[in-house]
Amino acid sequence: MSETLSARAPTFYDEVVAETNGLGGELKTCIQCGTCGGSCPSGPDMDHTPRGIFAMIDAGHKEDVLKSNTPWYCVSCYYCVVRCPQDIHITDIMYALKRLAIKAGYYQETAQDKAPEFSETFIGFVENNGRSFELGLATRYHLRYHPLDAFKMATGMGLKMFTKGRMDILPPKIKNISQLKSILNKAKELGGAA
Amino acid sequence: MKFSYYPGCSLERNARSYHQSTMAIAEPLGLEFDEVEDWNCCGATEYFAINKIPAYALVSRNLALAAGQNGSRELVAPCSACYINLKKTDHALAESPELRSKIDQALEAGDLAYQPGSLNVQHLLETIVKEVGYEAVEEQVTKPLYNLRVAPYYGCMVPRPSAMESFDDPEHPMSMDKLFETLGAIVVDFPLKAQCCGGHMTQISEETALEMIRRLLKNADDYGADMIATVCPMCQLNMDAYQDAVNQHFGTDYNIPVVYFTQLIGLAFGISPKELGFGSELISADAALAKVTEEPPKEKRRRRVKKNAGLPMPVMPEEG
Repeated sequence: MSETLSARAPTFYDEVVAETNGLGGELKTCIQCGTCGGSCPSGPDMDHTPRGIFAMIDAGHKEDVLKSNTPWYCVSCYYCVVRCPQDIHITDIMYALKRLAIKAGYYQETAQDKAPEFSETFIGFVENNGRSFELGLATRYHLRYHPLDAFKMATGMGLKMFTKGRMDILPPKIKNISQLKSILNKAKELGGAA
Repeated sequence: MKFSYYPGCSLERNARSYHQSTMAIAEPLGLEFDEVEDWNCCGATEYFAINKIPAYALVSRNLALAAGQNGSRELVAPCSACYINLKKTDHALAESPELRSKIDQALEAGDLAYQPGSLNVQHLLETIVKEVGYEAVEEQVTKPLYNLRVAPYYGCMVPRPSAMESFDDPEHPMSMDKLFETLGAIVVDFPLKAQCCGGHMTQISEETALEMIRRLLKNADDYGADMIATVCPMCQLNMDAYQDAVNQHFGTDYNIPVVYFTQLIGLAFGISPKELGFGSELISADAALAKVTEEPPKEKRRRRVKKNAGLPMPVMPEEG
């Protein structure tokens, strides 16, 4: 990615920058000021603050970075992005780290963290129907990973949502699902395996 | 004024009252909404976490359909996540030729095409305050929301659509504050109005999510809000449906209804609560709405500034 680094093998840093689609390329200008972590609403529950993660990326600690819960605890609120004095697109870098973690398969070793499965279950419905499906998401994801929560959902809040007419029983579906599937299949082919 | 309209999955069901109230206020506001035919999900905050090119392709199908419907250049989304995904994708396609060439090929597989920049993506709040304007809103007010104390909640993605330019201040947005004043309501100070509601964290780490929701409820309660008004289905769902869980977890007893800003506009326009979808919130808004009076509040809540006392300072709420 970087013109000065082209002579040697790509480092983990290069890998991260490449994955951000040019949107996170200013990462090298991080001055380690910590404004990102200080602005982060879920920062206290992260293994490492974004600032720490950026230092680790720079130092090539690939495994520690990709096993960290930090990107998965990013709520995508963009506070850090608007406050970063170096205009680094931190949220997009967090999305890139999530994708790299899935690609590397590291997240499977961190049992407490089921965030990737949540995203994948959500997207499964979208890929097949063109629409998201809350009930299906809640039951499929919870029964698999948090059976007790699924029970809580079904008897408490889920039931209330039903009675208020706020949950579909059957998955909604778009008309031209074959068109969407062709587009997504082609996109997957072009995007590589990830 | 004619606008393409992208409701998004939430407005089809869980946030139906947002859709109903939007449709109900469209005519008095002079807005004509043309729903994008056969639109698909925007991927929320999930698809970009898994697979980049398909995530952009998913959103691009919507852009292509909206642009091909030869209605309007303006595409309106009421949901914060849909808004940011549509806007971000249009922006990214214009910025990155490499991405664009891949998305062009993907769309072609479905006989579609999209020229970046051919749409102007806006959030519904933006449409109402910028395109319609406060004066035109005020003209339609027949039942002012006198004495109703509202906490305007913007959440994260509307004031901060990534690094792209926002129509309001990214940290101290004021557009909804002004809008509710126009409707006659008392707009309370709400320092956390642009903080995140936690998004999907209720599903990933409930403790993290409940703490984020608790902060918002406490803040609105501290400043004496009768209700919270929001611009996003995710924010409404988190603060409304998880309010019980917050109370259980922290031993609190919050009972703050969370409604959509369009529902309040509709009420002030004299539209019936039923038509605006009131009643579908889990924390009932009835008690709060009963506070609305026909006469404006007698006392103007304007604090006198003593001479030579410097600038007025914000007032801290009393700790409960």
